[in-house]
Amino acid sequence: MNTQISPASPAPAPPVMRIRALSKVYRMGEIEVHALRSVDLDLYAGEFVVILGASGSGKSTLLNILGGLDTPSGGTLRYLDHDLSAANERSLTRYRREHVGFVFQFYNLLPSLTALENVELVTEIAPRARNAREVLELVGLTDRLNHFPAQLSGGEQQRVAIARALAKRPDVLLCDEPTGSLDFPTGRRVLQVLEQANRELGTLTVVITHNAAIAAMASRVIRLSSGRIGQTEVNATRAAAEEISW
Amino acid sequence: MLATALVVGCGIGVFVTMRGTYDSLVRARQNYYSTTRFADVFAHLRRAPLSLSARLRRIPGVAALQTRVVEDVTLSIPGLTEPATGRLISLPGQPEAADALDQLYLTAGRLPAADSDSEALVSQTFAEANALGLGSHIGAVLNGRWKELTVVGFVLSPEYIYEIGPGMVFPDNRRFGVLWMNAEALATAFQMKGAFNDLAIATVHHASEPEVIDAVDRLLAPYGGTSAYGRAEQPSNRFLNDELGEIRINATYIPAIFLAVAAFLVYTLLARLVSIQRSQIGLLKSFGFRAWRIGVHYLELALLIVAGGLLLGLAAGIRFGVALIGVYRQYFHFPALAYRISLAVIGAAGAVALTAAIIGALSAVARSMRLAPAEAMRPEPPRSFRAGPLESLPLTRRLDPVSKSIARNLARRPWRAALSIIGIAMAVATVIVGRFVFDAVNHLMAMHFDAAERQDVTVIFQDIRSPSALASLRALPGVLRVEPFRIMPVRLRAGARSKTVSLVAVPPSGALFRVVDARGKPIELPPEGLVLTRKLAAILGVRPGDPLAVEQLDGRRRHFSARIVRLSDEPLGINAYMDNAALAAVLGEDAPISGARLQIDAHRAPQLYAQLKRTPAVAGVSIRSATVTTIRQIMNRSFIIMTLVMTGFGIILVIGVVYNSARIALSERGTELASLRVLGFTRTEVAQLLLGEQSLLVLAAIPTGYALGALFCRLLVPAFDRELFRLPFILTRSTFAFAALITLGAAVLAALLVGARIARLDLIAVLKSRE
Repeated sequence: MNTQISPASPAPAPPVMRIRALSKVYRMGEIEVHALRSVDLDLYAGEFVVILGASGSGKSTLLNILGGLDTPSGGTLRYLDHDLSAANERSLTRYRREHVGFVFQFYNLLPSLTALENVELVTEIAPRARNAREVLELVGLTDRLNHFPAQLSGGEQQRVAIARALAKRPDVLLCDEPTGSLDFPTGRRVLQVLEQANRELGTLTVVITHNAAIAAMASRVIRLSSGRIGQTEVNATRAAAEEISW
Repeated sequence: MLATALVVGCGIGVFVTMRGTYDSLVRARQNYYSTTRFADVFAHLRRAPLSLSARLRRIPGVAALQTRVVEDVTLSIPGLTEPATGRLISLPGQPEAADALDQLYLTAGRLPAADSDSEALVSQTFAEANALGLGSHIGAVLNGRWKELTVVGFVLSPEYIYEIGPGMVFPDNRRFGVLWMNAEALATAFQMKGAFNDLAIATVHHASEPEVIDAVDRLLAPYGGTSAYGRAEQPSNRFLNDELGEIRINATYIPAIFLAVAAFLVYTLLARLVSIQRSQIGLLKSFGFRAWRIGVHYLELALLIVAGGLLLGLAAGIRFGVALIGVYRQYFHFPALAYRISLAVIGAAGAVALTAAIIGALSAVARSMRLAPAEAMRPEPPRSFRAGPLESLPLTRRLDPVSKSIARNLARRPWRAALSIIGIAMAVATVIVGRFVFDAVNHLMAMHFDAAERQDVTVIFQDIRSPSALASLRALPGVLRVEPFRIMPVRLRAGARSKTVSLVAVPPSGALFRVVDARGKPIELPPEGLVLTRKLAAILGVRPGDPLAVEQLDGRRRHFSARIVRLSDEPLGINAYMDNAALAAVLGEDAPISGARLQIDAHRAPQLYAQLKRTPAVAGVSIRSATVTTIRQIMNRSFIIMTLVMTGFGIILVIGVVYNSARIALSERGTELASLRVLGFTRTEVAQLLLGEQSLLVLAAIPTGYALGALFCRLLVPAFDRELFRLPFILTRSTFAFAALITLGAAVLAALLVGARIARLDLIAVLKSRE
């Protein structure tokens, strides 16, 4: 058992991610689209951050940049003591490989691999990987280890995806509309898993969603509109995932 | 799409090249034969009075007849150290020239003056090879007398479209040439006044050739006739036929391979498009588009791709056809030979290509038509996989997930994998076939020149001579060793079957010439009885131990019976062999000889050649090293081109199949692979996952291709199982290695092309959408 368990608490420690005056401009034909405008944000270890925004608010762009999939047009982005704003493709790949866990709206598992193998695929390349079976146990899929994605429900697939993301022991778990294609009870089950992982593993978790109900379970809620941070709320008491409904 | 079009293009290209070349050669030959009145039956004899021709003319079925004097002599050509062999043929007299058979086509100069005894027409090929000009002089020994001939014209003859000397397989235009002189001059020189020794006959339209030949043989028998033969046996025509047969095989099976692969590529391409565009299909159907409209749309796409390949193939095929005809012009000499392609061939090419497109498109088109609108608009559910039965094995259970994914993706579509393997295997086989002829001819050369014919020089006498002639050969400068041989034309009979061949009588354990078995080991000639070339035994339907009736066709025309003692495996010719002493005993003769094989001191070769050029009794001299060099040159010219072309085809096939299947895998699994990139997999790792599948296909295809290639070559062997020469079924290790190397190289190239696309995978799109 190498699972590291530490209680989640608003840490006074230096931020894991430090964002200053971050901007992103896309050129679409002759029009410049300002997806992000001068965003300042610090993310701390153990936090559960929900970024809320309508479509076009810039939340996906922010997640892409946080995840090392895209580079900012201006401003700085530091991960611990690495400057990601100036990183090249190679070091971004390494950053994603070693430090970031992704959960997609559409799970994106390899259909040719079983639940266990999908997780093992990642543990093989990650330097500090967790045991694949234990992570699957954590997300409650002990009895589905040898099922292929086509044999799993959407919720189960998403839990495999979460296990896959957690298995590499990421410093930050980025979730893009993790319940976006799930019905309410299944979506809630997925949120429980995320909550549990955040609590038990202490992984900084960032969820982007347009579903305002999810904000209740966050330690911090950041509202994004037109590429700017509008409002930041710190939840004194976080709702449990099972209390949430939409 | 480009890969598919390219493969179609290759198939059509080969078809257009080969079929067009075939048609062009056939047409050129037809025109040539009919305008020059090429004869139907040919015969050679010792000497018959011209009065016999009236009786020959009365044979039922004979339409026209031409008597001639034909003699092989030794020539001394300016600029050529070695002696050359010339075939002198008498020209028809002036009054009958217009109706003569086998008329000549004068390309330059003029006919010899009516009364000239030293002017000659020379075959254009021989003149070109030796840089002879009009007015050049050639030295010749005519019946023992040195004579200087003057070249007055260059000609082409329908009898020598392929101009080869006696017993040769490859032309050596420097050392063998045909010359024509006034009949009077030749007859005088060879004491053939009022006589002839060669005959050409044109038959009437429905004449029975065997009956005419029989009748001719009966009439010529008392005059030393050596069995008449039809066009099928006429050397130049036979070579042309053999070559045409080969072209026809190439025009069929190579395009067939390409078009089958093209059909497969069209299939995979459309299947992939239909699955990617299922939501659009659903949308169109929900708008009320009829299923057939959608099906037709995909069919049109298939036709468009194939049409592109067709145009490409036509353009390339015509270019290559023109080039190939250019190559054939070096070997086959026609007054007019141009690459012409008929509308019928173009039409056939189009029909075949479109059929391939339709066959390839059918299943995907049907699938697009079957999709229900609602189903089509939902994204495809995750493809279902299962663990194959092999995975419970201890070896495979411990495979890493990447390998398992590769294996399962292959196992999920076993047919597609199998077809890909066959496609690549076809490429491997194509490369092997391309090298096979090269390997086989090399082996044939080794068998013939290293194991069987080991002399430096072969001298053939004008006539058979007494064994005492050997002494004068021994006395020639630089001669180290002399071995006599006798070549006697015979008819061998076994039951109803018979065959006219040369009976070669040699000393039983000669060092310069040896009868060899399949492995090139010498066979000692038995003290009595015959050794038959295996091919000859097959023609006669006989085995060792069987008796044969032997009819001597020259000299005293003796009949005798001889037992077959064993079979030999020379790759050239269909001779029968006998110990020379045994033959002499049977015939009751003093072992006369037709010629001798010489081993010489290379330093004194020029003196020897100079003397041989002027030796009266010598009709022909052939020099082993010159022959080997000529054959090598021909091999380098034509077989290497063939090897290169076939290798090129192989490369295109491999790239076509590998690129196409990797592209399809990439578009089917693009999202999957991009998500792995998001998870931190490097480009190389993702490429491994994608290309691992293709590598396995290629690795499986190589041994499959070996088997296929060997099979194709095995099937080709009978096509080359001829009386003149037989290609052994030989594939060298280097050929297999070469095929594997080419295949792997082409696969790597295809992988690099696809790899470039992996770099461009859109990582962000993965987070947003499914397809």
